[in-house]
Order: sequence, then structure tokens, then C-alpha cells
Amino acid sequence: MINLELPKALRNIQAMTHQLAEQGFRPISRKYDRIEHGDTPAELKPLAQMIAAARPRGRKAGEGADGADPDAVKNGANLIGIVSVEEMCWGDVGLMLSLPAAGLGNAAIQAVGSAEQKQQYGKLYCAMAITEPGAGSDSAAITTTARRDGDEWVLNGEKIYCTGGQRCDAVVVWATLDKALGKAAIKSFIVPRDNPGMSLVRVEDKMGLRISDTAALAFNECRIPADHVLGSAEIADTEAARKKAFGGVMQTFDNTRPQVAAMALGVARAALEITREILEKEGVKADFSKSPYNSTATELELYRLEADLEAARLMTYKAAWMADNGQANSKEASMCKAKAGRMGNEVTLKCVALCGEAGYSERHLLEKLARDSKIIDIFEGTQQIQQLIVARHLLGLSSRELK
Amino acid sequence: MDDTQGAALADPPLDLRLTEEQRISREGMRRFVARDLAPLARSADEAGTAQAAVLDAVAGFGLPLMSMPEALGGAGLPRSPLGNVLACEDLGQGDMSQALAALQPLGLVNALIDFASDAQQEAWLPRFASETLVPAAVALGEPRATFDPGAPATTARRQGEDYLLNGEKSLIPLVERCELFLVIAVAEDGPAAFLVEADRAGMSRQRRDYMGLRAAEPGSLILEDVTVPAGHRLEHFDLTRLVALARLGQAALAVGCCQAVLEQCVPYALERKAFGEPIAQRQSVAFMIANMGIEIEGMRLLVWRAASRAEQGLSFHRQAYLAALQATEKAMEIGTNGVQVFGGAGFVRDYPLEMYYRNLRGLSALHGAVMV
Repeated sequence: MINLELPKALRNIQAMTHQLAEQGFRPISRKYDRIEHGDTPAELKPLAQMIAAARPRGRKAGEGADGADPDAVKNGANLIGIVSVEEMCWGDVGLMLSLPAAGLGNAAIQAVGSAEQKQQYGKLYCAMAITEPGAGSDSAAITTTARRDGDEWVLNGEKIYCTGGQRCDAVVVWATLDKALGKAAIKSFIVPRDNPGMSLVRVEDKMGLRISDTAALAFNECRIPADHVLGSAEIADTEAARKKAFGGVMQTFDNTRPQVAAMALGVARAALEITREILEKEGVKADFSKSPYNSTATELELYRLEADLEAARLMTYKAAWMADNGQANSKEASMCKAKAGRMGNEVTLKCVALCGEAGYSERHLLEKLARDSKIIDIFEGTQQIQQLIVARHLLGLSSRELK
Repeated sequence: MDDTQGAALADPPLDLRLTEEQRISREGMRRFVARDLAPLARSADEAGTAQAAVLDAVAGFGLPLMSMPEALGGAGLPRSPLGNVLACEDLGQGDMSQALAALQPLGLVNALIDFASDAQQEAWLPRFASETLVPAAVALGEPRATFDPGAPATTARRQGEDYLLNGEKSLIPLVERCELFLVIAVAEDGPAAFLVEADRAGMSRQRRDYMGLRAAEPGSLILEDVTVPAGHRLEHFDLTRLVALARLGQAALAVGCCQAVLEQCVPYALERKAFGEPIAQRQSVAFMIANMGIEIEGMRLLVWRAASRAEQGLSFHRQAYLAALQATEKAMEIGTNGVQVFGGAGFVRDYPLEMYYRNLRGLSALHGAVMV
């Protein structure tokens, strides 16, 4: 039965996370936007523990009384993630990303790691290092190398834009075994943060998401144990196997893209709520009582932004729901990331404009939200990359045919 | 936020699966759409006439009968805005224009079920217990640039046991064929709905020509001192509900039509070559198609959510408003990009793209056309 409302169990998680965001993030949001660099904010440590304690382990939501029925529709970890991320980012997206908890590297370890790797690194804070100065969206073009030397891998190269790269416990690093063999030779490796040979070059100064540590890392004869490669170390020798190997790495994104889309939902909703509050004090009542073109320009703009936000949210729910129910969702994951990414940016920027001087001023959070939102349409696959992926799906074209 | 307001006791999971019944009725509808409706769209548009075969076939699906009480000849099932939305979507994909014509009785019957007293239902519903078309329509829209469905200018003045209706209603599909209208007017105590037979004195009808939706046979209904018995006024009328459910019907038609645009663009872009390769392999074209797919997904989910809320007895006015707004604006973007992808071929009438474009613009002028 089509139902796009959250069940009670998820509404409870939503309410709890909202409270955490409201009391834990909002009061320190501006403070850490100004402080920008440093260690993990002290206020976040107890929050991270609370979150870890509240995280359901081994049980999926929706598996209540009818949990025994394998055909029953599931609202599981993916949807819970979406709901929680939206609420936390309603509080502050930069602070959420600074939580010493699950990073993108954890998602990769969870997706393709061995039992031992999950055991050793699953509970640590793991960042992901893919981007290089010369390879962004084109992740197959990376030049960081991994060389086998006895019982060790030796990494050399430079990584940039690594979220959490300063404060994490370990980094999942993408490197190539042989540049000449293309995508198939790209593997990922777990490097403990204090491993000799890996050094912090700098932490970036950014427009937004300032408290989140975006690091540049250098690898100079960085040696890690042989069992720290994620997945198989073999280089596939047939075209099909090669595709599959890289596809496996990329598949992580089908689960993480909706989570990033959810960040845009939270940021945009925060901006819309603040905007409505400010405007209501001046007598603007966007209450849906007049048809769109009989409304004022301000009212119509609010309606448009709300419609975009809701559409993006439902698409994100759908992508997560598909993952929870074992359906392939690569197209939907990219669709929701594309829609939510541009929506978040459009909404926050319009909210600044709708509130005039108050929107632009640092006495409200609107200008900060508008600075924070931009990166959400860039990281975890830019708007353009998502459109490419969606177009390839709709047109049935390969990445070679549609570049 | 009113999202949980009026939440029912049931606590279903978030779910995107259709029910078994919905899947089955969809299959039948889609077969008809692909085989019989879509191929007739162009000739119906050129002729400015809804084809009898189409109207009869849609009537044969018995959509208005579903929620009519059994005692009055219906199937007695609960009202299903979502089921109706799915039908609108499928028919809209075949031909928005004829779909609009064929679905008129559904809107009027739904209004009777929702707003009429038992006695009124007994008097008026049995004539719709038929699997052939009974032409009848809701008359809400008016021919003014600033018309707002919440504030019609048509008046109903009480005169003893009767009401006297005056005004003009516009863009009513099948206007010249209708036997019965539900005229929305403002009485001294607020918005009201009156059942008015087509042959009452003072009524005149006029077919009008529009940019599109031509096969819907749209036109105006002019009421000049039309006398209607007070008993013809629906007892529990709720204009807000009617407008919200009609917004969903129209938005669903648009979702269907946009899906048709996308499905035309995909094979064309793969086949049409420029500079030695299919235009689909150029990002500028491929991204237009990707964005069609992305926006259709959002439109559809907004409509489904609002319809599902209505079906579950939750508040849905805000959701329907947003769904219709998004659908109206994105549909036109998709309509115009559909022509653009085809280039000159989109502008000539050999292909359906220009017809979709003309029909989709009609969304901004339609009011109350299909109450789901």
C-alpha cells in the first residue's frame, strides 16, 4: 500500500534526533563556524556517545510484530539514516560531520570489508580519501600508488578534501596498483591515522562547513600491513570482471548518496523555518489560502521552495526504502542526490534573499546555511555526475558512450 | 507542520508498493492506453473531438462505480483518491486531452459521494451506475485572469424554495454533451455546489477554442438567472476539499503526460544523429533527459503522498497544493524541453511533442477538472 508517512518508530527516532540537534548543535552552531579549526569540539563527545548508544544494532526498524515475514516491507537502517541525518543537519551539518562517529570510510568498510576489518575498524571513526589535486569527479584517474613489498603495502601520493582527515582514527585511501591497468587496478586501503608515512599537509579554509576538518594528506613510503586492503587485491583480467570490481567500489555510493541528499533536506528545512519565522513577524502569512498566482511574490516563492524540499525528501525516502527492501537503487540514489543537492542550494540562497538584510546578516543562521549548502551539491558526486548517471540509466548508455 | 495532524490509529510502514488490486487494474488500463488511447491522440486533437471509442472504453473501466454505494448500483468500495490518481496518470500518458473528457463523470460522482446527503445520493447517483459514458462535469473555473478557485464570482441568490444562479463557468470538458453540471457558486452563507441539469432555462453553452486540450471539447457554461431548487444544493459541500482533490487529478494527468514526453525523447535522442553520433551521447541533450526523469519522479511522489494522505483520512490540503504547484511548473519545463530535444521535428505536427506542449500548458488554466 502506498504510504509516504513515517511510521511511529521512525517518528520517535526523528523526534529524539531533533531534540539532540536543537539542544546539542544549534546553540554552538555559530561559535564553531567562527572558530573553524581545532580538535573535535568538546561538546560533541558526549553527543557521539549518546548516538552510539542509541543506534539500533542488528535489528532493523519495522521488524516488529511482522518481523518474521520475509515479504513484509521493511523500514530499515537506510531510512533511519535518512531521517536522522535530516534532523542532525537541521541542527548543523558541519557539526554532524565533526561527530567522531561513522564517517564515509566506515560505510566502505561496512560494504566490502572482511570480518576482521569490521571487527578492528568498525567502531572507529574512519574517513575516506579519494580526491587528488588532479582527480576529482574522475575518480578513476587517481595517481596515488600502492606497491606490494613483502607483507606490506607501500603507499605514495597526495590526497585532498578528505572529510575528517585530521581528527579520524583511520583513513580509507584509494590507490592504484598499476596506473596502466585503469579502473580495475584501483583498490582501497585502511591506513591508521598515526601510521608513519602518512602526514597531515593542511586543513582547508572553507566558505562553509567550517568546523568540519577537510584535510590534505601526504603519503610518503607509507607502509601498512598486507591485510589492510579492502576486498580482493587481485586485478581482474577480463573486461567484465574489471567492470565488476570497480562497480563494487562505486556501489558504496548507492547507499551514501541518499544520506548526503538527506543533509540537504535538513539544511533547507532549517532555512525555510527561520525564513518563515522572520517573515511572519512582518505579517507574511503563506497559508495556502490563495492560488499560486494570486499570492504575493514572497508567498509564492515560499511555496515553490517548500514543494522542492518535499519532492527531494520523498525521492530520498524512496531511494533509501529501495535499499532497505533489497532493490537496486543506483538510479534513484543519483536522482535524489541531484534533486536534493540543487534544492538545498536554491532554497538556502533564496531564503537569504527573501529576508533581505536579516538574511545576509550573521545575527541569523540563514547566511551560514547558504554557505554550508553549496558543498552538498558537490561532494559525494557533483550535480553533473549525478545527471550523467541518471542519463545513462534512462538512455541505456554506458560510461564510454555517454562521457 | 501539519504532517501528522489527524493521524489515524493505524501505523503502516513507509511503503512504495502498489496493492495487488492496484497492480491488476493498472495493467488493464495501461494495455488500453498503449493500444487504443495513445494512437488516437493526434487525430482527436486535429478533429477537436473526443473519440466515442475512447469515451466508451474508459467508461467500461467503471471508475465512478467503485466507490458508489452498492444499493445504488456501485461496488461499495471505500473512496480511493490514490487509485484514481493512478488512473489519471496512466490515461494522461496516453492522451491528457481525451483523458480529461473521459474522466469528467468520475469527478462529479466523487463530489456526490463526498458532499451529498443520503437522499441526494439516492436521487442522483443511480444514473451513473452505468458502464457507458454519462456526460456530466464539475463546473468551477471562470474566465478571469485573476480567478481563484477559492473565491468564485458566480452567485447563488436564495429566492423562496429556489436559488437563482448567475455567472460564467469556463474550460469545462465535454461542455456541449453534458447532461448534468455541478456548478460551484457563492451563496449568502459561503461557497456552495448545485446540481444543475443541462436543460434548465437560462443555461447556455459555448464550445471555445484553446491552445490545447482540444479533444476534451472544452467550453463555457453561461448561467443567466437559472432557477435551481434548494434541494439541489449539496448538503455537506467543502470547496477546499474539492479544490485539493481536483489539483491532484490534474497533477496526475500531467505526470502521465510528462512520462509520455520522456518516453518519446529517449528513443529519438538515441536514434537522431548529429556530428556523427547520436545526440543522446551529448551531455547537453542527455542532461535534459536526466532532468525530465528526476523531476517526474519528484512530481509523482508528491502527488502520491497527498493522495495517500487523503485516502488515509489525514490532512492533505497543503500537500496537494504543493504537488499541484510543482507539477504545473515542472510539467511545462518538461513539455518545452521535449520539443527542444526533437528540435524542428518537435515543432511540426508529425510528432506528438508539440501537442504535449500545448496540452501541458492547460494545467495553469484548469480548475476542478478531475476530483480524484
